[in-house]
Amino acid sequence: MNLSAGIAFQVLQSVFVVLAAPLLMGWVNQCRAWLQNRTAPSVLLPYWTLAKLFHKDAVIARDASPLFRLTPYVLFGCMWLAAGIVPVLATGLPFAPAADIIALVGVFALARVFSALAAMDIGTSFGGLGARREMLIGFLAEPAMLMTLFTAAFISGSTQLTTIVDTLAHRAFAIYPSLAFAGAAFLMVLLAENARIPIDNPTTHLELTMVHEAMILEYSARHLALIEWAVAIKLFAYMTIGIALFMPWGIAAAGDWSALPLAIAALLAKLALAGAALALLETLLAKLRLFLAPEFLSAAFLLAVLGMLTHFLVQA
Amino acid sequence: MTGLLPSPLGGSLAVAVCWLLIAALALLPARNSLFARRIAFPLGALAGLALAALGLRAVWLPPESLVLPLGLPNLPFHLRIDPLAGFFLTLLGAVSAGISTYAAGYFRDEGARRVALIALQYHVFVASMAFVMLADDAYLFMVAWETMALSSYFLVITDHKLPSTRSAGFLYLLIAHLGAIAILLCFGVMSGGRGDYTFDALRAAHLSPQWATVAFLLAFFGFGAKAGMIPLHAWLPEAHPAAPSPVSAMMSGVMIKTAIYGMVRVIYDLIGGVRWEWGMLVLAVGAGTMLFGVLYALMQHDLKRLLAYHSVENIGIILLGLGMSLVFIGSGHPVAGALALIAALYHTLNHAVFKGLLFLGSGSILHATGLRNLNDMGGLIRKLPKTALYFLVGALAISALPPLNGFVSEWLTFQAALQAPILENGVVRSLVPLFAATLALAGALTAMCFVKVYGIAFLGKPREAQHAPAGATGHDARGMELYGMAWLAAGCCMLGLFPSAVLLMLNRVSASLTGQGLSAEALKSSWLWLVPTATQQASYAPIIFLAVIVAVTLLAYLLVRRFYHGRVRFADPWDCGFAEQSPRMQDTADAFGQPIRHVFGPLYLMDRRLPGPEDPAPRFSLKIEDRHWYWLYLPVARLAEFVSAKIALLQQGRVSIYLLYSFLTLLALLVFVR
Repeated sequence: MNLSAGIAFQVLQSVFVVLAAPLLMGWVNQCRAWLQNRTAPSVLLPYWTLAKLFHKDAVIARDASPLFRLTPYVLFGCMWLAAGIVPVLATGLPFAPAADIIALVGVFALARVFSALAAMDIGTSFGGLGARREMLIGFLAEPAMLMTLFTAAFISGSTQLTTIVDTLAHRAFAIYPSLAFAGAAFLMVLLAENARIPIDNPTTHLELTMVHEAMILEYSARHLALIEWAVAIKLFAYMTIGIALFMPWGIAAAGDWSALPLAIAALLAKLALAGAALALLETLLAKLRLFLAPEFLSAAFLLAVLGMLTHFLVQA
Repeated sequence: MTGLLPSPLGGSLAVAVCWLLIAALALLPARNSLFARRIAFPLGALAGLALAALGLRAVWLPPESLVLPLGLPNLPFHLRIDPLAGFFLTLLGAVSAGISTYAAGYFRDEGARRVALIALQYHVFVASMAFVMLADDAYLFMVAWETMALSSYFLVITDHKLPSTRSAGFLYLLIAHLGAIAILLCFGVMSGGRGDYTFDALRAAHLSPQWATVAFLLAFFGFGAKAGMIPLHAWLPEAHPAAPSPVSAMMSGVMIKTAIYGMVRVIYDLIGGVRWEWGMLVLAVGAGTMLFGVLYALMQHDLKRLLAYHSVENIGIILLGLGMSLVFIGSGHPVAGALALIAALYHTLNHAVFKGLLFLGSGSILHATGLRNLNDMGGLIRKLPKTALYFLVGALAISALPPLNGFVSEWLTFQAALQAPILENGVVRSLVPLFAATLALAGALTAMCFVKVYGIAFLGKPREAQHAPAGATGHDARGMELYGMAWLAAGCCMLGLFPSAVLLMLNRVSASLTGQGLSAEALKSSWLWLVPTATQQASYAPIIFLAVIVAVTLLAYLLVRRFYHGRVRFADPWDCGFAEQSPRMQDTADAFGQPIRHVFGPLYLMDRRLPGPEDPAPRFSLKIEDRHWYWLYLPVARLAEFVSAKIALLQQGRVSIYLLYSFLTLLALLVFVR
């Protein structure tokens, strides 16, 4: 692989993720509306929302600190960076070795800490409440996520996502029991980390239940737009991590232009499926009480640990 | 050229002596604190810098030793510097340089006598730590160790008029001495009754496996008492906060690291012949210490106590690295063992830097507001913007967030844990990654804790609109205080961004200590990349990482500006349209920890008083206590009191009885000594 083609792939993938992320959000919302017998909004609605928000004047609380205004950009930057690490379209991207799965979890943690800090910045009661709940969910979701990734890392002997995907995509088709546990754990983490039902409800502003929405209450206009966009990229990144770990077939190698159309088509098909599944899950499940969230997530953590132990028992 | 530079050993000795001289000069009568502030502390900081440079050089040079004709007759002091000592001297020098600089500004408003005394004890304290690391025989080691304990004891009881400070100091002294006894016995076991206590002789002695394990246990608990490992941690959250902030920084940042030094020196170097069972014990105690530390830190509302509990936690992380390294080396995988050892030592350095910084930051808050209780703070980012910036760096670093330094060492620890499949023993192989899982949990809890600290102290609105306590200056850190914090903050960034340089240095330490470094492929990668084993397996490039994150963030900013506008209106906070807001409605530190109390309830000893619904003057109180007090410390204390009461029966207060005792003792001696 020559470097220029690699960089071209890298840029292409990063731009693709940023542009396609709201579409995935729109698709999930549309599916959910269908499942719930509502008239579905346009799949492009998230783009129009972003455009509307960017055009508005920002309203900021008087005593906001610079941290508050910096955070949306940091969040967006972190998520964009994550989108560059995950092998979405191709493996072997030139930027991939700069950060492995542990660093990827670190990026998500960095974004979480910044958003929690920004939520506490204004000093409103909801901000602090949201920050506290978000960190509560985060401290359990993060180790569960790491353990899931470690299980995959043990199978391929590497913490590089690109190596993991290469190993998993080009193996003989075999069912790994450890990956089954890890997959279940990953799904639970995905729901929690992306503020979806049953942990959080992205469509509510009910004081008693909101987590993520409580943190971004004070944001408006372009800041809010960046945060919403970052949230969309985060969901996209998580879904593609899941795809990369559990159904990686069809991914291209960086620099291989001929495989690209197939890779894009495969990705879109897999995402459409995953988005529909997410909508179905969200329709079937009810939101848990906040204090059941730790139980939900510790179950995820234990499943991931079980997956790791299974790997040692069965495959070693 | 190299001939002109002082030899590392001579130079380090000169620095230590220079610190002692500064301490002696501080005794001179002075009318104000100007001497201590303008000369003693800055000079001490310069000496620290020199020591850091010398230590760095010692890492790359062959070991050097020296015999000083001091001490008792026929028992001279042996000194030696090798890469391990060089590394720890670098840590001591570099961190103490920042703390001394800060101290030069910090003691601005205090009385001359008090500052002179602090300067005296402080410099004796740093000099004794240097001697601990230079010592090459058990005798000098114990002398330096005890000097360190005593000088820090006097620093802890600087505010000896407060009864709580006195009892904290006593507890510290007590546990320090329990540890010292264990260390002394450990040296005794290692020498095996031959009476030669130079480290060379101890190294050469071949212990039977049983005695080696006894020596290991003594060293582990002896040094562990100083490090703050459970269950011997109780002194740490009492003593560290009681001292003035630069001293807390020194104790938490550097002093507990001398215990890690001692542990590594004795276990790897002097005892040798490492066994993996030892590693499992270290791992278990390390994981317990780590989780205990962070869970109790989350319950604290006193900023300095909270930081002290985090020191307990970080010692646990270091022990986790050491334990893994013992497991790997003990089961015949020295390369993986070297990686784990390097991770542990890296975290030792990182913790020294960021914990020093955080304690200094808490000192600046204390100076400006007179507050230590988080529940009274709020909105300090507007009052103390510079302290807030440095504190943020420290908070992000300790939360193990990329691209700062805390992340690098936790990353290396994870990488070491991921080497587990090479182990043969199935149980050990699956236990090691489990400990990595606890590390992930502790890392995320730390992030939560520092969101709490930063969010409550620096962000939001000031909580109680109260009069500032006496002695509060009301202004941000300035001058020397800022330089001290800036130095340590720069350390957090540099250690995070250029990890491969540190890795090379630690590789040398590991190679000299265990005879084994990292794999060749790991060492030949370029300075941009941190590669612990092989590029295929894992790599991390913090510079590229940072560059991309900054570039992407900037790009987002510029794009938004270019295509839209930068218009901003300022208004009251919205808060879901809730009109009656007051600063008292913000989360407090205790409230922030509430979910953790809920999840981990059985771990805490909680005394919570909720007001009844018809209480006219409702008061809420919450007290969290450490369970260790009730099952360990108080029973032991009661036992000690009981035994002392029995022994006190001997004390009759009549001369004739005492003479009888003397007579009986002599008689007994005559029986034995014949």
